[in-house]
Amino acid sequence: MMSTNDPVYYLPPPSRWPIVGSVALLTLATGFILYLAKSAAGPWIMLAGCLILARMLFGWFGNVVQESNAGRFDGQVDRSFRWGMVWFIFSEVMFFAGFFGALFYIRNIAVPGLADADLIWPGYPGGWPTAGPGLKESFSPMPAWGIPALNTVILLSSGATVTWAHWGLLAGRRWQIKLGLALTILLGAIFLVLQAYEYIHAEFTIRTGVYGATFFMLTGFHGVHVTLGALMLVVILGRVFAGHFTPRQHFAFEAVSWYWHFVDVVWLMLFVFVYWL
Amino acid sequence: MHAATLDDTGQHEEHPYGLMRWVTTTNHKDIGTLYLWFSFLMFLAAGSMAMLIRMELFQPGLQLVQPALFNQLTTMHGLLMIFGAIMPAFVGFANWQVPLMIGAPDMAFPRLNNWSFWLLPAAATLLIASLFVPGGAVAGGWTLYPPLFIQGGIAYDMAILAMHILGLSSIMGAINIITTILNMRAPGMTMMKMPMFVWTWLITAYLLVAVMPVLACAITMLLTDRHFGTHFFDAAGGGDPVLFQHVFWFFGHPEVYIMILPAFGIVSTIIPTFSRKPLFGYVSMVIAVASIAILSFIVWAHHMFSTGMPVGGQLFFMYSTMLIAVPTGVKVFNWLATLWRGSISFETPMLFSLAVVCLFTLGGFSGLVLGLVPVDIQLQDTYYVVAHFHYVLFSGAAMSIMAGVYYWLPKWTGHMYDETVAKWHFWLTTIAFNVTFFPMHFLGLAGMPRRIPDYAMQFEGFNRIASTGAFVLGLSQLLFLYCVVKCIRGGAAAGDRPWDGADSLEWTLSSPPPYHSFGVPPLVR
Repeated sequence: MMSTNDPVYYLPPPSRWPIVGSVALLTLATGFILYLAKSAAGPWIMLAGCLILARMLFGWFGNVVQESNAGRFDGQVDRSFRWGMVWFIFSEVMFFAGFFGALFYIRNIAVPGLADADLIWPGYPGGWPTAGPGLKESFSPMPAWGIPALNTVILLSSGATVTWAHWGLLAGRRWQIKLGLALTILLGAIFLVLQAYEYIHAEFTIRTGVYGATFFMLTGFHGVHVTLGALMLVVILGRVFAGHFTPRQHFAFEAVSWYWHFVDVVWLMLFVFVYWL
Repeated sequence: MHAATLDDTGQHEEHPYGLMRWVTTTNHKDIGTLYLWFSFLMFLAAGSMAMLIRMELFQPGLQLVQPALFNQLTTMHGLLMIFGAIMPAFVGFANWQVPLMIGAPDMAFPRLNNWSFWLLPAAATLLIASLFVPGGAVAGGWTLYPPLFIQGGIAYDMAILAMHILGLSSIMGAINIITTILNMRAPGMTMMKMPMFVWTWLITAYLLVAVMPVLACAITMLLTDRHFGTHFFDAAGGGDPVLFQHVFWFFGHPEVYIMILPAFGIVSTIIPTFSRKPLFGYVSMVIAVASIAILSFIVWAHHMFSTGMPVGGQLFFMYSTMLIAVPTGVKVFNWLATLWRGSISFETPMLFSLAVVCLFTLGGFSGLVLGLVPVDIQLQDTYYVVAHFHYVLFSGAAMSIMAGVYYWLPKWTGHMYDETVAKWHFWLTTIAFNVTFFPMHFLGLAGMPRRIPDYAMQFEGFNRIASTGAFVLGLSQLLFLYCVVKCIRGGAAAGDRPWDGADSLEWTLSSPPPYHSFGVPPLVR
């Protein structure tokens, strides 16, 4: 019927990792709900959820790496991974698009509307940035041309270094991969440190009306994504040191670099619409 | 030899037995079955809530439930039916049928597929547990509007986190389905040779990936407004509760097509089979589904006409809404043209499909009525809206799910279902459905508001009729359960192709199909 050499789409055997993942997320969500309800047990349950989740990620990705190294993935499986990553990044794009949409709506419709209506808060001038008409709070917004501009340069350079590492991978120069990835991780870490410095010294908080809310929500979620991307780069660097990846087959590397470029593009949008304009 | 070959290439026929088979499964058919049973369970749970609602509304005054509980029941009924019953049922169909119809061995990501399912019980646990916490379950309506959703107790956090998990499940499921369809088709099956059901699911999955993250945004902003001091929906801080409505309905309108496009796919599969003719206007059907999906992104504010917006905005959203009637009309006329001069027979799947065509079209028309700004402002939040969306969601989505179940049960189980019981189920459901929901049009036009446990005396007659119909509708679903269980346990052998008009790939396999559907990809001419 079929010779054993025919390529067959790899179908994994039954796995216990997904149910572990579900237990992890249910635990994490329960802990978070209890934390929000000011229960002392909340953070501990969240911690337990995180640990289960981490165990699941190690186990599941570990399985995938083993299967990859055992040569189970043919070109068709590789294409599945590519499509999967493309649509995952698209879903992330839509996530950020939602928050950018909220920002644009607030700046162009909600705040001007409040300024035009003189019913509850007469004399509210509107304009951007604003903490809204009802909060008696003076604050100074984050200037664009200090740390944020520097961070833009840093993140764009990290996009270049990860591409340089990819060229090294294609050419089989392993020192170049390692150096490029290490530089990318370093730049990502510097970005995060500077971002943390900026947060600590900000002259407003997430409670500072819509300006604080949109600022911290957008930059905060971006920061979480940079952190995740950097962690993924660390894993990839570890795998390079373990001798994984060939110039022909290295989709895990490409997936993470796609993700990194996506995070980069989101930052450019942030720089323009949150910091600058 | 077959099994040995598969083992040599790293594929596994063997699996654990008992509970662990279902918990660890990576098989698209097992996961499809799990989705379908989960959805039926939620259908019964949310249906029981509807029964309580109809009991309370049997006569004016407060008799059974207090207003707070009534609000919780309407909210939970909506959330569980949409996210627990209808969406998982369609994903169950996608799991069973998409690999079978495109000639694939399984889904593209079998483990991820398992996770997509097993997140649902986690989310359902949170949602249902919220009924029993202090303050009771969420009571602000399934649309989660602030400020109500910012003021509630712990149940609101539970619901928000449950929605996050449901969204994660939907996104992963959708990515899996898109990848399967794009990458796992049998050689020779070009995109334009795909069965219509596969096309509708490809586009539905695209909608899911595009809008579930936007729902995540909306409910994240609710959560931070509740607990972390943001002012997204608070005018004092420069925010606006209307912002939530925009973000929510940017998700919400594509969401209603997520619940109807796979239904179109099922109907487009069944009508040609029992008319013994190919689907009329295949290409125009594909274009129509794609147009509906694209248009669904620019009509969201027709849910908000009475919230207030500039006249220009009202006109834009009214006309874009009207425009959706064009591709929908294309679909309905193509179904009619498929029936034209067909050699029609009326088995239960066909009866359900024909009922869907008639009744969904009615729901579509009442949608057009609601899309007209001046009329909508009169009808907003009345029972006319309730009638409208039950005509599209029950007689559109839920009844096409029933049609699909009867159609594919012989393939799934290897047995024929009991046609007599099934026909009883069909007629009772269809008649009781109309008895329940048709009078609601009149109630709405007469001004009865929805989501209220009490009403003025003049509405009593129609409410009694509606409640009576609802009880029959609810009870007749037990016939459905009986019929399905009976079919699983035995019955006449179905053979590979019990419907002589059916021509898609799943009918070339045995009934039930082998563990890995197509070990060797079939060649499509």
